[in-house]
Amino acid sequence: MKLSSSKKTLALAGALCGVIAAALAFFGNPANMAICIACFIRDTAGALGMHQAAVVQYVRPEIIGIVLGAFIISVATKEYRSTAGSSPMIRFVLGVIIMIGSLVFLGCPLRMVIRMSAGDLNAYVALVGFILGILAGIVALKKGFSLERSYETTKAAGAVLPVIVIGLLVVLLAAPQLLKFSEAGPGSVHAPIAIALVGGLLFGALAQKSRMCFAGGIRDVVLMKNFDLISVVGGLFVVMLIYNITQAKFVLGFDVPGIVAHSDHLWNILGMFVVGFAATLAGGCPLRQLILAGQGSSDAAITVLGMFVGAALCHNFGLASSGTAKNAETGELVLGAASQNGKIAVIICIVLLVAISIAGIKRKKA
Amino acid sequence: MFEVDARGLSCPQPLMMTNDAIKSQEGPIKVLVSEPHQRTNVEKFAKDKGKKVTVNEVGSEFEIVIE
Repeated sequence: MKLSSSKKTLALAGALCGVIAAALAFFGNPANMAICIACFIRDTAGALGMHQAAVVQYVRPEIIGIVLGAFIISVATKEYRSTAGSSPMIRFVLGVIIMIGSLVFLGCPLRMVIRMSAGDLNAYVALVGFILGILAGIVALKKGFSLERSYETTKAAGAVLPVIVIGLLVVLLAAPQLLKFSEAGPGSVHAPIAIALVGGLLFGALAQKSRMCFAGGIRDVVLMKNFDLISVVGGLFVVMLIYNITQAKFVLGFDVPGIVAHSDHLWNILGMFVVGFAATLAGGCPLRQLILAGQGSSDAAITVLGMFVGAALCHNFGLASSGTAKNAETGELVLGAASQNGKIAVIICIVLLVAISIAGIKRKKA
Repeated sequence: MFEVDARGLSCPQPLMMTNDAIKSQEGPIKVLVSEPHQRTNVEKFAKDKGKKVTVNEVGSEFEIVIE
């Protein structure tokens, strides 16, 4: 079946992804992280010791599964193409920026949608920033921004990231003592490995076939009046909404403890502005980068590596925001907030994105 | 025939270039893309615009004629 053929099948693919996300939450993942790409890359970076934030360290089998799912389905359907050479270092920086913006907001675009489905009003505030960021990216694209073309390369080159994640899976299963595991916090909350891996594989395959992309969904509506990709996102949102309502997890509000979110509105907006802008320049959201990396793009793989380094930077330099939580002893509500360093980092990211946009436009005219 | 070389470019550039070409050219245009998903995107985009689309696989790449 061609999943990318009509809006109905696309929405169905999105709905199936929503079922997988809901199932992962049901089997033990943090409720409205479910399958957040930024959170799970951050956790995996922590498990590898790239940062020392003890509460967010765990090799997330979902990330391994998504890359491998996209790899397997693309090989099976002859869509695997080993390519490289489209401004790799700029893509690396965009990956770092995407992660910084995500961790100031506390979630990637996928988690933003999942948080929206759980009634978190902060996610709706952030959506405004995300759309503005995509609009900024569209302005750059319309002015002729390009990271230039990629070229076909030796077949094995595109399989490096899939092989690396297989290695990571082997270490997780055979030598977990080499890795760091959270004993408390979000990193300690997870579905069993087998379920997480299968969920990731299916999610990756579905996302590859449907071309699911959170930045692309909004971009195509604005740029082309095309509603294909947003249908996929819509399908996922509806299923997660039903799940949250039926499981009594739907709580409309700003300062809801326990969902790892904060109500620093300006920084929720600017965090997701940065993500939308960077993702549009890079040609896709964090999920899409994982999928493209799985189907052979070394350029997307470099963006993924940028996200890993970005996650390490966020926790080594205190850029990540804190979430609103209840004090376990006093029961007092402790409001989460963006950190001073995080705010400075977001401003630097915006300056960098403008610089990258201008540089990319000039190069085309030259 | 007017040719658009969108090989190796990221989303949404192949579509933007195809759109520009459809708007500016009267005759048929040929769009070159390398990724299967770009082929689907361009093909679908042109069909939605009511155009006749023919796709040829050339090696590992695609040649899409829109008229």
